[in-house]
Amino acid sequence: MRIGVFICHCGKNIAGVLDIKRLVEEAAKLKDVAYATDYVYLCSEPGQKEIQQKIKELELTHVVIAACSPKMHATTFARAVEEVGLNPYLLEIANIREQCSWVHHDAPEEATEKALEIIRAAVAKVSLAKPLAPITVPLTRKVLVIGGGIAGIQAALDIANGGFEVYLVERSPSLGGHMAQLSETFPTLDCSSCILTPRMVEVARHPNIHLFTYAEVKNVEGIVGQYKVTIEQKPRYVDPDKCTGCGDCAEACPVIVPNEFDQGLGARKAVYVPFPQAVPLVYTIDLEHCLNTKRLIVCEQCYHACGPKAINYLMEPKEIEIEVGAIVLATGYDLLPLEALKEYGGGIYPDVLSGLEFERLLSASGPTGGIVRRPSDGKIPKRVVFIQCAGSRDPEHGCPYCSKICCMYTAKHALLYKHAVPDGEAYVFYIDVRAAGKRYEEFVQRVMEEERIVYLRGKVSKVFQRKDKLVVWGVDTLSGMAVEIEADMVVLATAIVPSKNTADLAKLLKAPIDEFGFLNEVHPKLRPVESSAMGIYLAGAAQAPKDIPDTVSQASAAASKVLGLFSQEELSLEPIKAEVNLENCDGCAYCVDVCPFDAITLVVEEDGHKHVEVKKALCQGCGCCMATCPKEGINVAGFTLNQLKAQIHALLKEDEDD
Amino acid sequence: MEIAYFPGCTLKTTAKKLEDSALAVADALDINLKELPNWTCCGTVYSLAEDDLMRQVAPIRTLARTEALGYSTLTTLCSVCYNTLAQANLFVKADSIRLEKINNFMDEEPDYKGNVEVKHFLTILQELGTEKLKSAVKKDLSGLKVACYYGCLLLRPQSVGIDDCEQPYILENIMQALGTKPVFFPYQVECCGSYHTAVKPEIVARRVYRILENARENGANLVVTSCPLCYFNLKNRQKEIKKLYPGFKPMPIFYFTEIMTDAFGLTKTLENI
Amino acid sequence: MRLVLKKQEDWLKKVEEISGQNVFACYQCGKCSAGCPMSAEMDLLPNQVIRLLQLGAVEPLLNCRTIWLCASCFTCTARCPKGVSLTRLMEGVRLAIFRTRKSDEISPKEMVKETLPQIALIGALRKLTA
Repeated sequence: MRIGVFICHCGKNIAGVLDIKRLVEEAAKLKDVAYATDYVYLCSEPGQKEIQQKIKELELTHVVIAACSPKMHATTFARAVEEVGLNPYLLEIANIREQCSWVHHDAPEEATEKALEIIRAAVAKVSLAKPLAPITVPLTRKVLVIGGGIAGIQAALDIANGGFEVYLVERSPSLGGHMAQLSETFPTLDCSSCILTPRMVEVARHPNIHLFTYAEVKNVEGIVGQYKVTIEQKPRYVDPDKCTGCGDCAEACPVIVPNEFDQGLGARKAVYVPFPQAVPLVYTIDLEHCLNTKRLIVCEQCYHACGPKAINYLMEPKEIEIEVGAIVLATGYDLLPLEALKEYGGGIYPDVLSGLEFERLLSASGPTGGIVRRPSDGKIPKRVVFIQCAGSRDPEHGCPYCSKICCMYTAKHALLYKHAVPDGEAYVFYIDVRAAGKRYEEFVQRVMEEERIVYLRGKVSKVFQRKDKLVVWGVDTLSGMAVEIEADMVVLATAIVPSKNTADLAKLLKAPIDEFGFLNEVHPKLRPVESSAMGIYLAGAAQAPKDIPDTVSQASAAASKVLGLFSQEELSLEPIKAEVNLENCDGCAYCVDVCPFDAITLVVEEDGHKHVEVKKALCQGCGCCMATCPKEGINVAGFTLNQLKAQIHALLKEDEDD
Repeated sequence: MEIAYFPGCTLKTTAKKLEDSALAVADALDINLKELPNWTCCGTVYSLAEDDLMRQVAPIRTLARTEALGYSTLTTLCSVCYNTLAQANLFVKADSIRLEKINNFMDEEPDYKGNVEVKHFLTILQELGTEKLKSAVKKDLSGLKVACYYGCLLLRPQSVGIDDCEQPYILENIMQALGTKPVFFPYQVECCGSYHTAVKPEIVARRVYRILENARENGANLVVTSCPLCYFNLKNRQKEIKKLYPGFKPMPIFYFTEIMTDAFGLTKTLENI
Repeated sequence: MRLVLKKQEDWLKKVEEISGQNVFACYQCGKCSAGCPMSAEMDLLPNQVIRLLQLGAVEPLLNCRTIWLCASCFTCTARCPKGVSLTRLMEGVRLAIFRTRKSDEISPKEMVKETLPQIALIGALRKLTA
């Protein structure tokens, strides 16, 4: 055995604290270490070449690299040693940066001792390492996209155009998401539906896309490459093959309920399509509000009104099982409920609206036909106050982050309001104006300069009702004056929060979420579209608040990752998996229950002898089985019990022969 | 269960009405209040200095004595006393070193261990439940449109507030249970001017004018409060208001307990409303 | 006239120590000033007081009326999105002034000559005298 130890300076990160010379000296004295050296930046090309050269020159059989966390460069170094013929699992990384020099920068002597211990432990571990080969698993080259908003639509189209099959699952009866609710989009003021609906139709017509609307993902099993997904198709009670979307059923229906698409400001029937350009244009009966129940039919108006006889009260939920190799999460956002903003009268005064509600009032297909009216009395408001940062940038309300899009859409709202009500007054209360995108700043300046809208720098403290007006108490910090405005309507730019099913789906898929419920990416700068759960990709506002251009970009990026994954026909997985030691295993099966991935099963042989078996594809190498087993009957390859024992002995400076 | 009752200075003198009516209410509802013997000033106004433990001695002494007598709950009627005692309680419970220093300083008093809960009388009524209140009502007060004025110190800071500081319901619920018609008015949580009344009564007059006019606009024919200082500001400063705004019509002000005693048939304070 | 900015370590440190608050947590949104019941009577707005503390501008602070008009009603603290307790900061400034200059802001002579509830007297004397 000839172990080579390479110690990195990492510039000043490590060398600025630890005594590298001493580390090299001591490392060279360790058992079976044939060579020890140091270098400024081992991860750089010359650094890697140095390692490769020494492996060849000195015929090193094992390598220890003492540097930064393996999370940074484990793959880089593994590839480097593999190139010169050394099995990458005979390489061990000793973390002397994150776990040593960075945290003990004020105690360099003790830190150096600790680094020595870490290196010693790594040497001990690698001396018992065995060469391993990657495991190949079959790859189902189909993808599941969860979420039918613009993010899901874009990702689905990109992957489908790349030649692979896509299953697109959307919870509501139609594609479109929140973008379909918008009137116009900033900064171009394109009609939102006009740019969205062609995409929606493309999805519906695409031969590679299987569209499931009014459906939810109920269960996911397996891992990347071989997910088994159960989709529940909720019953529409309308046969999609027969429905022509004519609307006779809705005309006949006697039940009127608030329309979710209009944020509760408009009405729909119990049998409905969410909006006229819905895709698919198939009606749905909302059983909660329909006069009928699952077992009792009292009203058949829609059935009789329907020409093609598409109404079927006896439909049941259907479960559909599919197999996919990757999943794209594009579940989108919701707004912070108005009730959270009590000081603004949110949820109490009907004329205090959220941004989306105001958007519906502006929309030509909205509940008021595009005329801005007060929900309380239907009058046209002559003075509207827009309050930015309603909940965002507010740790006390639970959202310390910036919701990114509100400054822009508030400017858009103010401009559209002025166009709709030319003799109206608009006031915007802001703390900062964030207009960082392409042509965004110019748009905001246009709103201030051409539309002459007053932007007041300050937050509003209270909104209350006096007779039929809303009194707004705010401040303009630039002039140093507390201000009062008697408004007809107040629009709150409420904070963006992840949509309500994101948390449940994340749990199902074991995709991590952050403290606000947004999906976590592997690295915010360099890997923004991948979840740390392998095979799960992220797109859109479910990962963080973002506008439409960024959403579309991210969706295409997620699609490109999927296409990259699908470029091979099989998937290569790391061999850090559990291995059963058949000599020691007696089939007590304690490990079967502790496995979080259900990868272990008990096998009973013909002669009655019992032992366990590991499904390598499901195993994630977590080690719970190894920790539980009382008989040393199961080991995780690359982290065997003997290797771990050797590490501990080395740390405690005991004789390695013990 | 006996609850320790801390009156505070004002309730024995200028706000005697509040104490009398509150004790009558407690009696009618079988709430067993026991006045603390040898009580001293609560240490108002709550000191906001983190480094001046001297100013915490008065409230902590009150709590220490309460604890030593075996009570776990201390109640008070005055909002200012409530705020002072509750905040002081939280302050020492947050840091055991502070508590130790204060205990050591008060070497003649029993040590305070942090086991007393300060509850305002309104919280006790709320815990009793509206059903119990309804069953004690003997007089029909449905003609009263009551504006419930909370002021500041009952609800803020939120760590000691007895209800939500933007939309409280505790007083309205009690008033409704009594059969009156509580009226929501947005100025119900706006400060009356507090101690500025001692030096700059015009400021208080201007504030109270807006509060009372707002109550009137929303249909109230009287205003109730819980704090003796708010009561004074709302009532006695009306003469200053009349000087500044000659058209101002007087607005009757009562303690919420006075409404309760009338509702229970024990008094006839509201006959002329 | 330009305000010359320099570190006013002592003053700021004293105020922060007394109040237990970090003035740099304030991002000057102004919600406190918007809701302050006394803002109509004040010369500087509450958020401007914090701004002056952030800038280390001690003189304008010493001469303003604002800190003496504060009623300690906690409305600002209840509404601040950053959870900064302005009530404590105001008290901190008042106490820092008292501890240095050691003279009162009001005297009993200025008080109204009527029967006040004790808490009015105690409150005023507590807050406005050293």
